Amino acid sequence: MASAPSTQRIDTGTAIAEPVQTKTRLGHFNAARIILYALLAVFCVYYLLPLYVMVVNSLKPLSEITAGGMMALPSQWTLAPWGSAWSTAQVGVEATGLRPYFINSILMVVPAVAISTILGALNGYVLTKWAFRGSTILFGLLLFGCFIPFQMVLIPMARMLGLMGIAGSVPGLIFVHLVYGIGFSTLYFRNYYAAFPTELVRAAQIDGAGFFTIFWRILLPSSGPIAVVCIIWQFTNIWNDFLFGASFSDFDSQPMTVALNNLVQSSTGVKEYNVHFAGAIMAALPTLLVYIVAGRFFVRGLMAGSVKG
Amino acid sequence: MGFLDINQATKSYGAVKVLHETNISVDEGEFLVLVGPSGCGKSTLLNMIAGLEDVTAGEIAIRGRSMNGVKPADRNIAMVFQSYALYPNMTVKGNIAFGMEMHGIAKPEREKRIAQVAELLQMSHLLDRKPGQLSGGQRQRVAMGRALVREPDVFLFDEPLSNLDAKLRVDMRTEIKKLHQKLGTTIVYVTHDQIEALTLSTRIAVMFGGYVQQLGTPKEIYDNPANMFVAGFMGSPSMNLFPAKIIAANGAPAAEVNLANGASAAIPFAGNRMSTHVGRDIVLGIRPEAITDKDGADRNSNAIHIVEAPVEVTEPAGSDTFVVSQIGGKDVTGRFRADVNVNPGETFPFAFNMEKAVAFDPESEQRIE
Repeated sequence: MASAPSTQRIDTGTAIAEPVQTKTRLGHFNAARIILYALLAVFCVYYLLPLYVMVVNSLKPLSEITAGGMMALPSQWTLAPWGSAWSTAQVGVEATGLRPYFINSILMVVPAVAISTILGALNGYVLTKWAFRGSTILFGLLLFGCFIPFQMVLIPMARMLGLMGIAGSVPGLIFVHLVYGIGFSTLYFRNYYAAFPTELVRAAQIDGAGFFTIFWRILLPSSGPIAVVCIIWQFTNIWNDFLFGASFSDFDSQPMTVALNNLVQSSTGVKEYNVHFAGAIMAALPTLLVYIVAGRFFVRGLMAGSVKG
Repeated sequence: MGFLDINQATKSYGAVKVLHETNISVDEGEFLVLVGPSGCGKSTLLNMIAGLEDVTAGEIAIRGRSMNGVKPADRNIAMVFQSYALYPNMTVKGNIAFGMEMHGIAKPEREKRIAQVAELLQMSHLLDRKPGQLSGGQRQRVAMGRALVREPDVFLFDEPLSNLDAKLRVDMRTEIKKLHQKLGTTIVYVTHDQIEALTLSTRIAVMFGGYVQQLGTPKEIYDNPANMFVAGFMGSPSMNLFPAKIIAANGAPAAEVNLANGASAAIPFAGNRMSTHVGRDIVLGIRPEAITDKDGADRNSNAIHIVEAPVEVTEPAGSDTFVVSQIGGKDVTGRFRADVNVNPGETFPFAFNMEKAVAFDPESEQRIE
């Protein structure tokens, strides 16, 4: 009891007598805070350490890595591993670098995300504002589709793609991701539109707007937050997918994830760890970018003012 | 045939009938108010007129044209919603223009009409704002502007004032009435507020349980309610309803009532009314303003009768004092002048204006003439 005020006096440099109890509680509070922040810092380092290792090792010559010292900063900074990973490294049987596969992934992910998001929004609109007989059951089935394990559909899907004539192609991959994506995007939009005031739809009906006009002019402009959530989710899943990419693609249509695996597996002589690190970062960059760019639009309150809350 | 004809219109959801055969004929320029407690079918009827709900049986016609199966957009109606239903992503101007745009009205014409309506509703300075930046009253105004600009045959209002605070509600009420007087448009207006119904309407349809209980002018509804529901629902404080028995006192029919102090009083009816019902048990209905202190009684009435009754509670309300007594086991409220010196517990002369009294059958609850 006696030590608490004196400690306080030393800390603040003042001699003002204050109730002892307040100070002890304040001291306790500070200690808890310090422990909390220290713990958070530890976790922060723990999570950022792999990224650090990847970045520093992708910027040093291979000799520095093989000499040990994974954690050290490069003594000789170089961008050569990045250049190699991008355009000259041996991927599978060809020394093309990751570039063509990166383009494949982009060609796959952009339409797949766009179409699944639009269709999900349309589904959500119909399921909430134009509910029909059996619409709840239909939604249940769509939802069930989200949780079918990927492995289960591999063989039927391969057969389907063959019948459709798009096996082993980028359009085939887009189709597969669309089928899987629509369940989730419908779930997001349905729940979002369920809270969307139906009176707005009715007002638009009286104003003379049709089914698609209402969707396009009234609902979609208010769907910013959920569209961002949906896009982040779909982009991350489709970009990072390996199983479908490995199963349904040919050499010329492989996505980035499969190519990265091939890059790491197919080193001829020595393992070029620095090139592998650079390639891995390249494969992760687009999802990071989506989080940073789209996250900024992740704002709430776009609905404010439409109806009195 | 009227301007808007509701002919045997019914609405059922499966086996549940929420609106029974309803007939209302509205003339051009009328202000019809549908009033009733929640669940009475008034909003359903309005939505049926708007075309947002189908008519199960019967017909709704506007300008002699049957509206069954006609889309809301093609009925030439406009609606103001309780929640305003302003499009959040559009400016005020965009909100008002949307309906015209959908109906293919050219831009110069749109601009002209928006300017007119904005001036009429004094919201020219708000045109570039989004609904989120407006106050409740301003949103209400925009919602009305959006309806007005369409120049529809019939305006539909769905409880447009119930989201506003008390003072604003009164202001907007006056504004709607002014607007109706100025434009002379046909309006169907739904509300649960009986004062709104009485002040705004040219005719009122009082609804309960899916039936129109009474259709008439505000004065008819107020003075001659068709049944006990209408009597109790319309007017505030509501009409006093208490049991009485019709007797012949000195040859004239009178209502015999029991007072709280054990005594009974016979209050003669005006003229020779109820003479054919002598001996019958009734529920007597009389509005608080027809029970006054002696000096506050209506001088033009020929049927003022004094009843000495014990005072139970007095409620000073500024402009008046409400005095409550027990008659026939029911609280009966009289509207006395504010400065009358009356105290609870004492016996005080209540002046009944029997010209304003109505009688109901206790079983059927219908009015007896």
